[in-house]
Amino acid sequence: MRSARVVITGLGAISPLGLTVSEMWQGLCAGKCGIGKITAFDPTGFPCKLAGQVPDYKIQQYVPKSHRKAVKLMCRDIELAVVAANEALTDSGLVTKGIDPENINVNPERMAINLAAGFISCDLVELAPAVAASITDGQFDIHKWGRQGLELVPPLWLLKYLPNMLACHVGIIHDIQGPSNTITCAEAGAHIAISEASQVIARGDSDIALAGGAESKVNPMNVVRQCLLKRAATENNDEPASACRPFDSTARGSVLGEGAGIVVLENLENAHTRGAKIYAELIGTGQSSSVNPVYEHLEPDGKGLRIAIEKALAEAQIEPAALDLVIPHGTGIAGDDRAEAAAIEAALGRAGKGVPVWPTKSMLSNTGTASGALDVIAAVCAMTEGKIPAAKNCQNKAAGCNLNIVTKPIQKKIRYALCCSYTYGGQTAAVILSHFDAETEV
Amino acid sequence: MAEKDTMQRVVITGMGLVCPLGNDVETTWRAMLAGKSGMAKTTVFDASTFPSTFDAEVKEFDPAKYVKSWELHKHSARASGFVLAAAVEACRQARIDIETSRPTDGVDRARLGVYLGAGEGAVDSDVFFAALAQAWDPAKNQMDWLKWAEIASGRMDAMRELEQEPNMPAAHLAMLTGARGPMRSCLTACAASTQAVGEAMMLIRRGDADVIIAGGVHSMIHPLGLTGFNRLTALSTRNDSPQTASRPFSANREGFVLGEGAAILILEFLSSAKKRGVQILAEVIGYGSSSDAFRVTDMHEEARGPIQAMTAALADAGITYKDVDYISTHGTSTIENDLIETKAIRAVFKDKAKSIPVSSAKSMFGHLIGAAGAAELITCVLAIRDGIVPPTMNLTEPDPQLDLDYVPNTPRRCGVDVAMKESFGFGGQNNVVIVRRYKDTD
Repeated sequence: MRSARVVITGLGAISPLGLTVSEMWQGLCAGKCGIGKITAFDPTGFPCKLAGQVPDYKIQQYVPKSHRKAVKLMCRDIELAVVAANEALTDSGLVTKGIDPENINVNPERMAINLAAGFISCDLVELAPAVAASITDGQFDIHKWGRQGLELVPPLWLLKYLPNMLACHVGIIHDIQGPSNTITCAEAGAHIAISEASQVIARGDSDIALAGGAESKVNPMNVVRQCLLKRAATENNDEPASACRPFDSTARGSVLGEGAGIVVLENLENAHTRGAKIYAELIGTGQSSSVNPVYEHLEPDGKGLRIAIEKALAEAQIEPAALDLVIPHGTGIAGDDRAEAAAIEAALGRAGKGVPVWPTKSMLSNTGTASGALDVIAAVCAMTEGKIPAAKNCQNKAAGCNLNIVTKPIQKKIRYALCCSYTYGGQTAAVILSHFDAETEV
Repeated sequence: MAEKDTMQRVVITGMGLVCPLGNDVETTWRAMLAGKSGMAKTTVFDASTFPSTFDAEVKEFDPAKYVKSWELHKHSARASGFVLAAAVEACRQARIDIETSRPTDGVDRARLGVYLGAGEGAVDSDVFFAALAQAWDPAKNQMDWLKWAEIASGRMDAMRELEQEPNMPAAHLAMLTGARGPMRSCLTACAASTQAVGEAMMLIRRGDADVIIAGGVHSMIHPLGLTGFNRLTALSTRNDSPQTASRPFSANREGFVLGEGAAILILEFLSSAKKRGVQILAEVIGYGSSSDAFRVTDMHEEARGPIQAMTAALADAGITYKDVDYISTHGTSTIENDLIETKAIRAVFKDKAKSIPVSSAKSMFGHLIGAAGAAELITCVLAIRDGIVPPTMNLTEPDPQLDLDYVPNTPRRCGVDVAMKESFGFGGQNNVVIVRRYKDTD
């Protein structure tokens, strides 16, 4: 089992509801929807015209002078990670080179990073001139590309789109020299990254880790892909606020989005020694896989997700009924929601039947690899505030879904919260957090 | 943690390899000991006008020959076929049943995991370039998204797009084996599969799984991949002599040769391997990970990150540099890597630096990018088994700055009990794994 206890001491979130954790939480509490018509490109010709886009930001504000030249090597996914990392570290009270080089209070070699990254689509506009220079008789000509088109591709182009560059830029800015990994398990990525980072701390390979995920799914390649896979909602383009309907009987698909969620994980002793504010303890993680010939979807009985939740409960050493909150993956894709509901119901059993379930994607959209991290942050906020906001757009539960979806805000002490996720391809993950009471600490 | 509890010992019980020198382990090994080269003119697409017109491709490969239920995997990207074949070979050796719902191999599926360092699949180039060519208006310098969406939606294939996601190779292995344990995929550039093996070992040590199918898979041999590396000027352009183009540690080295392939190692708890009575090929005893936190484009001049990862791996293994008999280098054949790596070895191996044999498999099978580390780790296990160290080929012009024993041009008979595999990736990712001859000390 765990050799060292791991706690969360910092939060950072950039989401369709705002540029900070507090904006996201206020938005969730107010039932605000971060979904709107796509502005990143003209969506007229796309079956899905909606997305959850983050508000405008200036990346230079989040990057210290020493790294400013590297901004042009950042694709949007990287930028989002940089913004969230900055907030998480600032919030934690840890002073890295990137926060204030004069007052560093961390040992760079004892810091780790583990971010989940998506399948980053390249910027089509950036490549277009090179393609335009490679045309013969109206057709793309690979010979011409090799001779002259290729020369128009920016020299460092490839580096912008390598998934590990999220962690690398953040690591360079904040001088993180310990273990660094990039999990590429799509929508289950952030929970896996958080659990692996906690294990790096637990086994003694670092004292502090930045963990989470960042992705922008709001680009033409990805929108077409998700539409072709029939995962994107295409019927509610005129009603952005009600377009994504997790677990509702009229759910018609997911709405893609963008964002980043990063938490600071820390060895409990380390956090105590420096007198850090402790948000929550990470007490259980579990992982498994769906095994399904139709691998773009979760298997109908949700077995792989159930196993992940059961493993997390076993590691946390709590009974399902002890859970006060479940944040499901809840994409709004009817079949997947049904399978997820089956998995949660099976894992929680009869005793866990009444546990409040609060899906967030109706408001936050499906932010890909960021979504699991944003959910963990939302769970931490719920714990801190003793409050579960209402879910949106689940007026009539889908047939077969017996989850206790939160339709009205609940005020109560939240001691244990479960977040779970899965992805096309089958990876599943679950994370259990415990409220941290300094007084009752054993 | 360094003092090994026998309960925590992790061993290798199976290996599988598909690479430019052969489509299985033994064929590849024989070719390496004969100093053969896997390089030739690019055939996957027409690269005749590219700055580099050659690469190291997997040859005469038909994935359906390895997998009975190929129908399930028929949408696979080229690289997923490689990893399926490598996994079939490795599972056969480790006596893990595949393609059955009733395995009798003694491995609980909930405790059978997958951990891959896996790259993205190739972009569907025909559609990709055609859509861009037709939708871009060079006169206005802008994209007609309506047109682009029409072409892309009409011509892109949903499954072919899905299969490009980096988590898909792991998904196929879950279907092949029915694995329900930890299911992970990471992508830390050229260091990914070494990281996957290292983290997989940690998962087993921690008790999260009994067996993990670990390794890597990657192919960037497609127009955009080759373009990206060519623009970085990372590739050799010795077009008149592909077979001698990869010349690690040679004075006239000028870049790596892009390869492709998949490598799988079955990692298993010693107690599980003994209980199942399977052959133990070697023991995995140490893992270290670090990040340079220096620059996106360059390695740290003093090899800070590589030194830290090597030191961490030795500490994790509970041994010193004096105990290591062979180093399988990252040895890419770029000017920078080979110099910095030599510095790192000098710093860590001190008085032993000049006498320990170190060599680069990339001189023969090229750079398998994400799959490189696991493929080269397999050669470490074979070196231990056969008491022979593979050569660094094409080392005809020694570089006065590089003064280690690179085992030039002919394999060497020498006893190897402990071998170190090091991998370094773009962005400053450093991962090191140490394997040792298995000795039954119980």
